[in-house]
Amino acid sequence: MTIDVHTWIGAYPFRDVPHPDPEVLVRVLEREGVKGAWVGHLPSAFWRDPSTGNEALFQATERWPSVLHAIPCVRPDWPQWERALRAVVSRGVPAVRAYPPQWGFAPQDASMLELAAACGEAGVVVQLTTRFEDARQRHWMDTAGDLSGATIRSIARASDRVHVVVCGAGRALVEEVHWGLTPAERARVWWDISWLWGPPEDDLAHLLRTCGAERFVHGSAWPLRLAQTPRANLALLPDDVLGATLTSADAIAKGAQLAIAK
Amino acid sequence: MTPRSREGPLAGPEPLIEVHAHFLHARCGRKDWRERNAARLRAGERIGITVHVASVLGTWGHTSPIYFPSPADVALGNDEMLALQRQEGDRVRSYVTVNPNDERHALDEIDRCLAGGAIGIKLAASRRADDPLLDPIAEEAARRGVPVLQHVWQHRRRDWPGQEASDGVELARLAVRHPTVPFILAHIGGGGDWQHTLPALADVPNVYVDLSGSGVDRGMLDRTVAAVGPARIVWGSDLTMETGLAKLWALDAVGLSREDIAAIRWRNAARIFPPGSFPALASDAPASPRAAARAS
Repeated sequence: MTIDVHTWIGAYPFRDVPHPDPEVLVRVLEREGVKGAWVGHLPSAFWRDPSTGNEALFQATERWPSVLHAIPCVRPDWPQWERALRAVVSRGVPAVRAYPPQWGFAPQDASMLELAAACGEAGVVVQLTTRFEDARQRHWMDTAGDLSGATIRSIARASDRVHVVVCGAGRALVEEVHWGLTPAERARVWWDISWLWGPPEDDLAHLLRTCGAERFVHGSAWPLRLAQTPRANLALLPDDVLGATLTSADAIAKGAQLAIAK
Repeated sequence: MTPRSREGPLAGPEPLIEVHAHFLHARCGRKDWRERNAARLRAGERIGITVHVASVLGTWGHTSPIYFPSPADVALGNDEMLALQRQEGDRVRSYVTVNPNDERHALDEIDRCLAGGAIGIKLAASRRADDPLLDPIAEEAARRGVPVLQHVWQHRRRDWPGQEASDGVELARLAVRHPTVPFILAHIGGGGDWQHTLPALADVPNVYVDLSGSGVDRGMLDRTVAAVGPARIVWGSDLTMETGLAKLWALDAVGLSREDIAAIRWRNAARIFPPGSFPALASDAPASPRAAARAS
């Protein structure tokens, strides 16, 4: 069963987004035939201190423990981030979100690499977001820019236990990172399909053929984008990749857990 | 596991007119041009597109810029588009693309290509939409009774390289000057701030919003419907057909009536293009709400 790894709840600071509420997300997932979602707290991506957003996220999702899986945010240049990480890991989260562009991090930011390595040691996935909106429509105060390939590569190399899910990447970024990593490194990086183009360019189909379907995971970017898009993209795949099996979010999380048992 | 079902069109059996499609050709510098064209037609079959109304922008930048095509490339692109229309029969229709900086050539192309089977005019980004140079083209559109599809950058706040793009405010100025011409505002989801465009169009009834573009922002469909109403929305995909399909599915969630969805899917397009433009509709669907009423 499919899990959407790319959802949030809460308001977006740069435009009105209709009903970014957990009960609406649950209905949308049901409509889309999706079993559950990794859910972040959207405002936290833009807050200096995400800790109160994490608490709000846990409270908002607790009514649907088998459907909504809270993915809290840990900011590694904030005092006591190690304690914050331990606290959220103790609540059984499968992943931790980080937003290097929004925090002004350089690609090799030492604190970010420490967080990635610590997540690897804790058996939780690091989740990254390439973008929230198309670059052409961004608010003039939204100056963070897209997540860079250099950042993703650095994080993937932070330790051999790091597991990374990257959301919202386009074909160029996927290819730059995938082929810029060793086979062992790229085996610990997954990509959601929310921003990969379908026909006629068939970027998604191309990547399934070249990088392998196992490198991709279901994601929509709800509530910013229509949850129907990944379903449409998969339904329009050419015959040779139609029905390809993407990796499940559960399997990625289990892989991160297994890595610490080795 | 991704879906494998092939039971009927993904967007349902109702007619569907795609008002914003593009095709490639052998002289556009891409070796995969046949594959891309085939991919569009294959996806169109799967979605259930009845007719692709399409344009070719010169040589797509190969021998002159995409948005500033030379006269020779404009003519070549139009020739290729019309050839594809002849090859594909009723499922493909053409816009004639023009560069208004070469006015005589643009008017001659309109004359030549409408005679050759084109059903609308495509204006890309060679000149701002409210520039007086576009008036002769709009006058010709009025005289011929064809719509104009205008490339738009939603809320253009600066000049972008390679194009002299227009935004909704600028298209609205042109449309006010030519109130009998249906103007299609290209790709509301195609980049830029669509929220800025919608109020610019509210009081300009001859501008139609095309839903195409890679943008699938939640709220975009609802607010477009609220701003201009379902009678002024047409469906298209442009370069990303999966987002077009997602928007069709999302129309059901917006709360529109079946009649409103039919208007967006095909009836509005059938109304603004010249009569007889879509023979593929004739056999199984009436061409307008009035005709539908007569038929019922």
